[in-house]
Amino acid sequence: MSQGILRYLSSTIGRKYLMAISGLVWTLFVLTHMLGNLLIFAGSDLYNFYSYKLISNPLIYLAEAGLVLFIGLHATTGISLKLRNMRTKPSLYAVTPKSAKGASLSSKSMIWSGTITLVFLVLHLITFKYGTHYDTTVDGIQMRDIYKLVIECFAQPGYVAWYTFCLILVGLHLYHGVASSFQTLGISHPKFNSAIKGFGWAYSIVVAVGFLAVPFYVFFVKG
Amino acid sequence: MAGNNNSRTMRINLKVWRQKDRNAGGSLVDYSLDTVSPDMSFLEMIDVLNEKLIGKNEEPIAFAHDCREGICGSCAMVIDGEPHGPQTGTTTCQLHMRTFSDGDTIVVEPFRAKAFPVLKDLVTDRSALDRIQAAGGYVTVATGNAPDGNAIPIGKNIADLAMDAAACIQCGACVAACRNGSAMLFVSAKVSQFALLPQGQAERERRVSRMVWQMDEEDFGSCTNMGSCAAACPKEIKVENIARMNREYGKAMLFGHEAKQAVED
Repeated sequence: MSQGILRYLSSTIGRKYLMAISGLVWTLFVLTHMLGNLLIFAGSDLYNFYSYKLISNPLIYLAEAGLVLFIGLHATTGISLKLRNMRTKPSLYAVTPKSAKGASLSSKSMIWSGTITLVFLVLHLITFKYGTHYDTTVDGIQMRDIYKLVIECFAQPGYVAWYTFCLILVGLHLYHGVASSFQTLGISHPKFNSAIKGFGWAYSIVVAVGFLAVPFYVFFVKG
Repeated sequence: MAGNNNSRTMRINLKVWRQKDRNAGGSLVDYSLDTVSPDMSFLEMIDVLNEKLIGKNEEPIAFAHDCREGICGSCAMVIDGEPHGPQTGTTTCQLHMRTFSDGDTIVVEPFRAKAFPVLKDLVTDRSALDRIQAAGGYVTVATGNAPDGNAIPIGKNIADLAMDAAACIQCGACVAACRNGSAMLFVSAKVSQFALLPQGQAERERRVSRMVWQMDEEDFGSCTNMGSCAAACPKEIKVENIARMNREYGKAMLFGHEAKQAVED
Protein backbone atom coordinates (compact mmCIF):
# COMPACT_ATOMS: atom_id res chain seq x y z
CA MET A 1 0.00 0.00 0.00
CA SER A 2 2.77 2.43 0.91
CA GLN A 3 4.36 1.95 -2.50
CA GLY A 4 0.95 2.70 -4.01
CA ILE A 5 0.58 5.92 -2.00
CA LEU A 6 4.06 7.05 -3.10
CA ARG A 7 3.22 6.49 -6.74
CA TYR A 8 0.11 8.62 -6.29
CA LEU A 9 1.87 11.38 -4.37
CA SER A 10 4.74 11.67 -6.84
CA SER A 11 2.37 12.33 -9.77
CA THR A 12 1.53 15.89 -10.79
CA ILE A 13 -1.80 15.77 -8.94
CA GLY A 14 -0.20 14.12 -5.90
CA ARG A 15 2.44 16.83 -5.68
CA LYS A 16 -0.33 19.43 -5.91
CA TYR A 17 -2.04 17.78 -2.92
CA LEU A 18 1.21 18.22 -0.96
CA MET A 19 1.43 21.85 -2.08
CA ALA A 20 -2.16 22.51 -1.04
CA ILE A 21 -1.92 20.85 2.37
CA SER A 22 1.45 22.39 3.30
CA GLY A 23 0.20 25.73 1.98
CA LEU A 24 -2.91 25.56 4.13
CA VAL A 25 -0.83 24.80 7.24
CA TRP A 26 1.18 27.96 6.59
CA THR A 27 -1.97 29.87 5.75
CA LEU A 28 -3.28 29.10 9.24
CA PHE A 29 0.10 29.89 10.78
CA VAL A 30 0.37 33.36 9.22
CA LEU A 31 -3.10 34.22 10.52
CA THR A 32 -2.23 33.28 14.11
CA HIS A 33 1.14 35.03 13.79
CA MET A 34 -0.62 38.16 12.55
CA LEU A 35 -3.16 38.10 15.39
CA GLY A 36 -0.29 37.71 17.90
CA ASN A 37 1.47 40.70 16.37
CA LEU A 38 -1.62 42.85 16.90
CA LEU A 39 -1.02 42.54 20.66
CA ILE A 40 1.48 45.36 20.14
CA PHE A 41 -1.52 47.68 20.35
CA ALA A 42 -2.13 46.38 23.89
CA GLY A 43 1.25 47.63 25.07
CA SER A 44 4.77 46.32 25.69
CA ASP A 45 4.04 44.15 28.73
CA LEU A 46 1.29 42.07 27.14
CA TYR A 47 3.26 41.79 23.88
CA ASN A 48 6.38 40.55 25.64
CA PHE A 49 4.38 38.24 27.89
CA TYR A 50 2.68 36.62 24.88
CA SER A 51 6.07 36.07 23.26
CA TYR A 52 7.44 34.65 26.53
CA LYS A 53 4.50 32.25 26.89
CA LEU A 54 5.00 31.05 23.31
CA ILE A 55 8.71 30.34 23.47
CA SER A 56 8.73 28.92 27.00
CA ASN A 57 6.27 26.19 26.01
CA PRO A 58 8.25 23.04 25.08
CA LEU A 59 5.70 22.26 22.35
CA ILE A 60 7.10 25.22 20.42
CA TYR A 61 9.94 22.99 19.16
CA LEU A 62 7.44 20.54 17.71
CA ALA A 63 5.50 23.39 16.08
CA GLU A 64 8.69 24.90 14.66
CA ALA A 65 9.84 21.55 13.31
CA GLY A 66 6.43 21.10 11.68
CA LEU A 67 6.54 24.53 10.07
CA VAL A 68 10.06 23.94 8.71
CA LEU A 69 8.99 20.55 7.36
CA PHE A 70 5.90 21.95 5.66
CA ILE A 71 7.60 24.95 4.11
CA GLY A 72 10.37 22.69 2.86
CA LEU A 73 7.77 20.40 1.29
CA HIS A 74 5.88 23.36 -0.17
CA ALA A 75 8.98 24.92 -1.70
CA THR A 76 10.50 21.72 -3.09
CA THR A 77 7.26 20.44 -4.66
CA GLY A 78 6.51 23.95 -5.95
CA ILE A 79 9.91 24.28 -7.59
CA SER A 80 9.83 20.73 -9.01
CA LEU A 81 6.42 21.39 -10.60
CA LYS A 82 7.56 24.75 -11.93
CA LEU A 83 10.61 23.13 -13.56
CA ARG A 84 8.37 20.49 -15.10
CA ASN A 85 5.96 23.13 -16.41
CA MET A 86 8.78 25.13 -17.96
CA ARG A 87 9.82 21.98 -19.81
CA THR A 88 6.28 21.05 -20.91
CA LYS A 89 5.57 24.55 -22.29
CA PRO A 90 8.80 25.61 -23.97
CA SER A 91 7.31 28.72 -25.61
CA LEU A 92 4.22 30.89 -25.54
CA TYR A 93 2.71 32.66 -28.55
CA ALA A 94 3.78 35.61 -30.66
CA VAL A 95 0.65 37.49 -29.62
CA THR A 96 -0.83 37.90 -26.15
CA PRO A 97 -4.64 37.63 -26.31
CA LYS A 98 -6.51 40.93 -26.20
CA SER A 99 -9.48 39.49 -24.37
CA ALA A 100 -9.48 38.53 -20.70
CA LYS A 101 -8.69 34.86 -21.35
CA GLY A 102 -5.34 35.18 -19.61
CA ALA A 103 -4.55 34.11 -16.08
CA SER A 104 -4.53 36.49 -13.09
CA LEU A 105 -1.33 38.27 -12.07
CA SER A 106 -1.43 36.46 -8.73
CA SER A 107 -1.62 33.00 -10.34
CA LYS A 108 1.15 33.75 -12.84
CA SER A 109 3.56 35.11 -10.22
CA MET A 110 3.29 32.35 -7.58
CA ILE A 111 6.88 31.16 -8.13
CA TRP A 112 8.22 34.71 -7.69
CA SER A 113 5.98 35.77 -4.81
CA GLY A 114 6.82 32.44 -3.17
CA THR A 115 10.58 32.69 -3.68
CA ILE A 116 10.78 36.27 -2.39
CA THR A 117 8.60 35.31 0.58
CA LEU A 118 11.00 32.46 1.39
CA VAL A 119 13.98 34.84 1.28
CA PHE A 120 12.03 37.28 3.43
CA LEU A 121 11.22 34.49 5.89
CA VAL A 122 14.90 33.65 6.42
CA LEU A 123 15.89 37.32 6.85
CA HIS A 124 12.87 37.82 9.11
CA LEU A 125 14.04 35.05 11.43
CA ILE A 126 17.55 36.56 11.50
CA THR A 127 16.14 40.02 12.30
CA PHE A 128 13.74 39.01 15.04
CA LYS A 129 14.05 35.43 16.32
CA TYR A 130 17.86 35.49 16.20
CA GLY A 131 18.12 39.30 16.51
CA THR A 132 19.37 41.49 19.36
CA HIS A 133 18.33 40.08 22.72
CA TYR A 134 17.09 42.80 25.10
CA ASP A 135 15.93 41.87 28.58
CA THR A 136 12.95 43.11 30.51
CA THR A 137 10.94 42.08 33.57
CA VAL A 138 7.16 41.67 33.56
CA ASP A 139 5.37 40.75 36.82
CA GLY A 140 8.70 39.72 38.30
CA ILE A 141 9.54 37.32 35.45
CA GLN A 142 12.66 38.03 33.45
CA MET A 143 11.99 37.72 29.70
CA ARG A 144 13.08 38.89 26.29
CA ASP A 145 12.07 42.48 25.37
CA ILE A 146 11.01 41.68 21.80
CA TYR A 147 8.83 44.80 21.86
CA LYS A 148 11.90 47.02 22.00
CA LEU A 149 13.46 45.26 18.99
CA VAL A 150 10.24 45.61 16.95
CA ILE A 151 10.03 49.36 17.69
CA GLU A 152 13.71 49.74 16.74
CA CYS A 153 13.33 47.92 13.43
CA PHE A 154 10.17 49.66 12.32
CA ALA A 155 11.62 53.07 13.10
CA GLN A 156 13.83 52.67 9.99
CA PRO A 157 12.06 53.79 6.79
CA GLY A 158 14.10 51.39 4.63
CA TYR A 159 13.07 48.40 6.72
CA VAL A 160 9.40 49.47 6.71
CA ALA A 161 9.49 49.76 2.88
CA TRP A 162 11.05 46.28 2.47
CA TYR A 163 8.62 44.75 4.97
CA THR A 164 5.66 46.37 3.19
CA PHE A 165 6.85 45.09 -0.20
CA CYS A 166 7.23 41.55 1.14
CA LEU A 167 3.87 41.52 2.91
CA ILE A 168 2.09 42.70 -0.25
CA LEU A 169 3.70 39.72 -2.01
CA VAL A 170 2.53 37.42 0.79
CA GLY A 171 -0.99 38.76 0.23
CA LEU A 172 -0.67 38.22 -3.52
CA HIS A 173 0.54 34.66 -2.91
CA LEU A 174 -2.38 33.93 -0.57
CA TYR A 175 -4.89 35.51 -2.96
CA HIS A 176 -4.33 32.74 -5.50
CA GLY A 177 -3.09 30.07 -3.08
CA VAL A 178 -5.96 29.87 -0.59
CA ALA A 179 -8.79 29.53 -3.12
CA SER A 180 -6.63 27.36 -5.37
CA SER A 181 -5.90 24.81 -2.64
CA PHE A 182 -9.63 24.11 -2.31
CA GLN A 183 -9.79 23.34 -6.05
CA THR A 184 -6.67 21.14 -5.81
CA LEU A 185 -8.13 19.14 -2.94
CA GLY A 186 -11.30 18.65 -4.95
CA ILE A 187 -13.48 20.96 -2.87
CA SER A 188 -15.54 22.65 -5.54
CA HIS A 189 -19.21 23.18 -6.16
CA PRO A 190 -20.94 25.79 -8.34
CA LYS A 191 -22.91 26.82 -5.27
CA PHE A 192 -19.81 27.57 -3.19
CA ASN A 193 -17.09 28.46 -5.69
CA SER A 194 -17.66 32.20 -5.62
CA ALA A 195 -17.72 32.06 -1.81
CA ILE A 196 -14.41 30.15 -1.80
CA LYS A 197 -12.88 32.76 -4.10
CA GLY A 198 -14.24 35.56 -1.92
CA PHE A 199 -12.85 33.83 1.17
CA GLY A 200 -9.38 33.63 -0.39
CA TRP A 201 -9.57 37.28 -1.36
CA ALA A 202 -10.71 38.39 2.12
CA TYR A 203 -8.15 36.14 3.85
CA SER A 204 -5.23 37.55 1.87
CA ILE A 205 -6.30 41.12 2.55
CA VAL A 206 -6.90 40.54 6.28
CA VAL A 207 -3.48 38.88 6.70
CA ALA A 208 -1.55 41.51 4.72
CA VAL A 209 -3.34 44.48 6.32
CA GLY A 210 -3.03 42.95 9.80
CA PHE A 211 0.73 42.47 9.45
CA LEU A 212 1.22 45.92 7.91
CA ALA A 213 -0.75 47.63 10.70
CA VAL A 214 2.23 47.09 13.03
CA PRO A 215 5.03 48.86 11.05
CA PHE A 216 2.68 51.67 10.01
CA TYR A 217 1.62 52.18 13.63
CA VAL A 218 5.19 52.14 14.88
CA PHE A 219 6.56 54.36 12.10
CA PHE A 220 3.81 56.93 11.75
CA VAL A 221 2.10 57.01 15.14
CA LYS A 222 4.81 56.15 17.62
CA GLY A 223 7.73 57.49 15.58
CA MET B 1 -28.80 47.95 -44.19
CA ALA B 2 -29.70 44.32 -44.81
CA GLY B 3 -27.57 42.50 -47.34
CA ASN B 4 -24.68 44.87 -46.94
CA ASN B 5 -22.34 42.04 -46.04
CA ASN B 6 -22.95 40.19 -49.27
CA SER B 7 -21.21 42.69 -51.47
CA ARG B 8 -18.51 43.68 -49.00
CA THR B 9 -15.07 42.07 -49.12
CA MET B 10 -12.26 42.49 -46.63
CA ARG B 11 -8.53 42.83 -46.83
CA ILE B 12 -6.84 40.49 -44.36
CA ASN B 13 -3.13 40.38 -43.58
CA LEU B 14 -1.82 37.15 -42.17
CA LYS B 15 1.31 36.10 -40.36
CA VAL B 16 1.36 32.32 -40.55
CA TRP B 17 3.81 29.93 -38.88
CA ARG B 18 5.62 27.97 -41.60
CA GLN B 19 7.69 24.97 -40.62
CA LYS B 20 8.96 22.39 -43.10
CA ASP B 21 8.89 19.36 -40.83
CA ARG B 22 9.20 18.13 -37.27
CA ASN B 23 12.90 18.85 -36.98
CA ALA B 24 13.14 22.09 -38.94
CA GLY B 25 12.97 25.53 -37.38
CA GLY B 26 9.99 27.70 -38.29
CA SER B 27 9.05 31.34 -38.66
CA LEU B 28 6.07 33.62 -39.24
CA VAL B 29 5.53 34.42 -42.94
CA ASP B 30 3.44 37.37 -44.19
CA TYR B 31 0.54 36.88 -46.61
CA SER B 32 -2.35 39.09 -47.61
CA LEU B 33 -5.73 38.50 -49.19
CA ASP B 34 -7.81 41.29 -50.77
CA THR B 35 -11.11 39.58 -51.40
CA VAL B 36 -12.07 37.82 -48.18
CA SER B 37 -15.82 37.44 -47.73
CA PRO B 38 -17.05 38.11 -44.18
CA ASP B 39 -19.15 34.97 -44.53
CA MET B 40 -16.15 32.70 -45.04
CA SER B 41 -15.06 30.51 -42.17
CA PHE B 42 -11.46 30.91 -41.05
CA LEU B 43 -10.55 27.61 -42.73
CA GLU B 44 -12.20 28.67 -45.99
CA MET B 45 -10.11 31.81 -45.89
CA ILE B 46 -6.96 29.63 -45.60
CA ASP B 47 -8.31 27.45 -48.45
CA VAL B 48 -8.48 30.58 -50.64
CA LEU B 49 -4.94 31.52 -49.63
CA ASN B 50 -3.74 27.98 -50.42
CA GLU B 51 -5.36 28.09 -53.89
CA LYS B 52 -3.42 31.28 -54.46
CA LEU B 53 -0.16 29.69 -53.25
CA ILE B 54 -0.67 26.60 -55.40
CA GLY B 55 -1.33 28.89 -58.40
CA LYS B 56 2.04 30.50 -57.77
CA ASN B 57 3.68 27.08 -57.40
CA GLU B 58 4.35 27.62 -53.72
CA GLU B 59 3.84 25.08 -50.94
CA PRO B 60 0.31 25.47 -49.46
CA ILE B 61 -0.11 25.93 -45.70
CA ALA B 62 -0.62 22.58 -43.97
CA PHE B 63 -3.43 22.59 -41.42
CA ALA B 64 -5.60 19.88 -39.89
CA HIS B 65 -9.33 19.83 -40.60
CA ASP B 66 -12.08 17.28 -40.97
CA CYS B 67 -15.77 17.83 -40.20
CA ARG B 68 -15.82 21.63 -40.47
CA GLU B 69 -18.93 21.66 -38.30
CA GLY B 70 -17.37 22.07 -34.90
CA ILE B 71 -17.51 18.51 -33.58
CA CYS B 72 -14.37 16.65 -34.61
CA GLY B 73 -11.71 18.76 -32.91
CA SER B 74 -9.24 18.60 -35.81
CA CYS B 75 -8.91 22.29 -36.70
CA ALA B 76 -6.32 23.08 -34.08
CA MET B 77 -4.54 26.39 -34.50
CA VAL B 78 -3.82 29.46 -32.42
CA ILE B 79 -5.27 32.69 -33.81
CA ASP B 80 -3.97 35.93 -32.34
CA GLY B 81 -2.65 34.08 -29.29
CA GLU B 82 -5.87 32.18 -28.62
CA PRO B 83 -6.59 28.54 -29.49
CA HIS B 84 -9.48 28.53 -32.00
CA GLY B 85 -9.43 32.34 -32.08
CA PRO B 86 -11.13 35.12 -30.17
CA GLN B 87 -14.75 33.91 -30.18
CA THR B 88 -15.71 31.93 -27.06
CA GLY B 89 -17.15 28.43 -27.39
CA THR B 90 -16.21 28.23 -31.07
CA THR B 91 -13.86 25.99 -33.04
CA THR B 92 -11.68 27.47 -35.81
CA CYS B 93 -13.92 25.99 -38.52
CA GLN B 94 -16.95 27.74 -37.02
CA LEU B 95 -15.14 31.05 -36.65
CA HIS B 96 -16.20 33.44 -39.40
CA MET B 97 -14.25 36.24 -40.95
CA ARG B 98 -16.94 38.75 -39.90
CA THR B 99 -15.41 38.39 -36.42
CA PHE B 100 -12.44 40.38 -37.80
CA SER B 101 -12.26 43.85 -39.31
CA ASP B 102 -11.18 44.99 -42.75
CA GLY B 103 -7.42 45.50 -42.75
CA ASP B 104 -6.73 43.35 -39.66
CA THR B 105 -3.43 41.55 -39.28
CA ILE B 106 -4.00 38.06 -37.88
CA VAL B 107 -1.22 35.89 -36.44
CA VAL B 108 -1.74 32.14 -36.92
CA GLU B 109 0.44 29.66 -35.02
CA PRO B 110 0.31 25.94 -34.24
CA PHE B 111 -0.71 24.68 -30.78
CA ARG B 112 2.39 24.93 -28.60
CA ALA B 113 3.26 22.31 -25.98
CA LYS B 114 6.07 19.81 -25.47
CA ALA B 115 3.52 17.02 -25.83
CA PHE B 116 2.26 18.37 -29.19
CA PRO B 117 5.26 18.40 -31.55
CA VAL B 118 4.73 20.42 -34.76
CA LEU B 119 4.72 18.08 -37.78
CA LYS B 120 4.38 20.78 -40.44
CA ASP B 121 3.18 24.42 -40.44
CA LEU B 122 0.01 24.39 -38.29
CA VAL B 123 -0.26 20.60 -37.94
CA THR B 124 0.66 19.12 -34.56
CA ASP B 125 0.87 15.53 -33.36
CA ARG B 126 -1.73 15.25 -30.62
CA SER B 127 -1.74 11.48 -30.35
CA ALA B 128 -0.64 11.83 -26.71
CA LEU B 129 -4.30 12.53 -25.93
CA ASP B 130 -5.28 9.24 -27.64
CA ARG B 131 -2.82 7.34 -25.46
CA ILE B 132 -4.27 8.91 -22.31
CA GLN B 133 -7.75 7.94 -23.47
CA ALA B 134 -6.58 4.37 -24.21
CA ALA B 135 -5.05 4.11 -20.73
CA GLY B 136 -8.46 4.21 -19.04
CA GLY B 137 -11.08 6.29 -20.81
CA TYR B 138 -13.51 3.48 -21.52
CA VAL B 139 -16.22 1.38 -19.90
CA THR B 140 -16.52 -2.38 -19.95
CA VAL B 141 -19.75 -3.44 -21.64
CA ALA B 142 -21.15 -6.97 -21.58
CA THR B 143 -21.98 -8.31 -25.00
CA GLY B 144 -25.42 -9.64 -25.85
CA ASN B 145 -28.72 -7.85 -26.08
CA ALA B 146 -28.73 -4.12 -25.43
CA PRO B 147 -30.08 -3.48 -21.93
CA ASP B 148 -33.29 -1.53 -21.50
CA GLY B 149 -32.35 2.16 -21.49
CA ASN B 150 -34.71 2.89 -18.60
CA ALA B 151 -33.43 0.05 -16.42
CA ILE B 152 -30.71 2.27 -14.92
CA PRO B 153 -32.18 5.39 -13.36
CA ILE B 154 -30.01 8.51 -13.79
CA GLY B 155 -31.12 11.90 -12.49
CA LYS B 156 -31.52 14.64 -15.09
CA ASN B 157 -28.97 16.91 -13.36
CA ILE B 158 -26.36 14.12 -13.25
CA ALA B 159 -27.04 13.19 -16.87
CA ASP B 160 -26.58 16.86 -17.82
CA LEU B 161 -23.25 17.13 -15.96
CA ALA B 162 -21.98 13.96 -17.64
CA MET B 163 -23.16 15.21 -21.04
CA ASP B 164 -21.42 18.57 -20.52
CA ALA B 165 -18.16 16.73 -19.77
CA ALA B 166 -18.70 14.37 -22.72
CA ALA B 167 -18.92 17.41 -25.03
CA CYS B 168 -15.08 17.45 -25.03
CA ILE B 169 -13.90 16.91 -28.63
CA GLN B 170 -10.28 16.20 -27.65
CA CYS B 171 -9.00 19.13 -29.71
CA GLY B 172 -6.24 20.01 -27.23
CA ALA B 173 -7.10 23.73 -26.97
CA CYS B 174 -6.83 23.44 -23.17
CA VAL B 175 -3.22 22.28 -23.50
CA ALA B 176 -2.50 24.99 -26.05
CA ALA B 177 -3.96 27.72 -23.83
CA CYS B 178 -2.30 26.53 -20.61
CA ARG B 179 0.89 28.30 -19.60
CA ASN B 180 2.06 24.95 -18.22
CA GLY B 181 1.03 22.80 -21.17
CA SER B 182 -1.25 20.84 -18.85
CA ALA B 183 -3.91 18.46 -20.17
CA MET B 184 -5.90 18.37 -16.95
CA LEU B 185 -9.07 19.89 -18.42
CA PHE B 186 -9.15 17.20 -21.11
CA VAL B 187 -8.40 14.34 -18.72
CA SER B 188 -10.85 15.65 -16.14
CA ALA B 189 -13.64 15.86 -18.73
CA LYS B 190 -13.06 12.23 -19.71
CA VAL B 191 -12.81 11.11 -16.07
CA SER B 192 -15.96 13.05 -15.12
CA GLN B 193 -18.04 11.83 -18.02
CA PHE B 194 -17.73 8.26 -16.73
CA ALA B 195 -17.39 8.84 -12.99
CA LEU B 196 -20.77 10.56 -12.92
CA LEU B 197 -22.65 7.69 -14.54
CA PRO B 198 -23.50 4.21 -13.17
CA GLN B 199 -21.91 2.60 -16.25
CA GLY B 200 -18.55 4.11 -15.33
CA GLN B 201 -18.36 2.75 -11.78
CA ALA B 202 -16.67 -0.58 -12.55
CA GLU B 203 -13.35 1.00 -13.65
CA ARG B 204 -13.76 4.21 -11.69
CA GLU B 205 -10.56 4.11 -9.57
CA ARG B 206 -8.46 2.39 -12.19
CA ARG B 207 -9.53 4.89 -14.85
CA VAL B 208 -8.53 8.06 -13.02
CA SER B 209 -5.26 6.54 -11.80
CA ARG B 210 -4.09 5.23 -15.16
CA MET B 211 -5.18 8.28 -17.14
CA VAL B 212 -3.34 10.62 -14.76
CA TRP B 213 -0.18 8.48 -14.84
CA GLN B 214 -0.29 8.33 -18.63
CA MET B 215 -0.79 12.12 -18.72
CA ASP B 216 2.37 12.54 -16.62
CA GLU B 217 4.30 10.18 -18.87
CA GLU B 218 3.29 12.18 -21.95
CA ASP B 219 5.08 15.37 -20.87
CA PHE B 220 2.02 17.39 -19.97
CA GLY B 221 2.43 20.01 -17.25
CA SER B 222 0.65 20.34 -13.93
CA CYS B 223 -2.40 22.44 -13.17
CA THR B 224 -1.92 25.79 -11.43
CA ASN B 225 -5.64 26.65 -11.38
CA MET B 226 -5.38 29.67 -13.67
CA GLY B 227 -8.45 28.79 -15.72
CA SER B 228 -7.08 29.70 -19.18
CA CYS B 229 -8.02 26.20 -20.37
CA ALA B 230 -11.73 26.59 -19.67
CA ALA B 231 -11.73 30.08 -21.18
CA ALA B 232 -10.24 28.72 -24.41
CA CYS B 233 -12.31 25.51 -24.61
CA PRO B 234 -14.57 25.54 -27.70
CA LYS B 235 -16.96 23.21 -25.87
CA GLU B 236 -16.89 25.31 -22.67
CA ILE B 237 -15.79 22.46 -20.39
CA LYS B 238 -15.65 23.83 -16.84
CA VAL B 239 -12.74 23.71 -14.35
CA GLU B 240 -15.12 22.08 -11.85
CA ASN B 241 -14.25 18.90 -13.75
CA ILE B 242 -10.61 19.29 -12.67
CA ALA B 243 -11.73 19.48 -9.05
CA ARG B 244 -13.80 16.33 -9.62
CA MET B 245 -10.76 14.56 -11.08
CA ASN B 246 -8.65 15.67 -8.10
CA ARG B 247 -11.35 14.24 -5.84
CA GLU B 248 -11.52 10.97 -7.79
CA TYR B 249 -7.74 10.61 -7.77
CA GLY B 250 -7.56 11.28 -4.03
CA LYS B 251 -10.26 8.70 -3.35
CA ALA B 252 -8.44 6.15 -5.51
CA MET B 253 -5.20 6.91 -3.63
CA LEU B 254 -6.71 6.52 -0.17
CA PHE B 255 -9.36 3.85 -0.66
CA GLY B 256 -8.71 2.26 -4.05
CA HIS B 257 -8.49 -1.49 -4.57
CA GLU B 258 -8.35 -1.40 -8.37
CA ALA B 259 -5.61 1.19 -8.18
CA LYS B 260 -3.54 -0.97 -5.87
CA GLN B 261 -3.83 -3.69 -8.47
CA ALA B 262 -2.72 -1.20 -11.14
CA VAL B 263 0.45 -0.52 -9.15
CA GLU B 264 1.25 -4.22 -8.98
CA ASP B 265 0.58 -4.80 -12.71
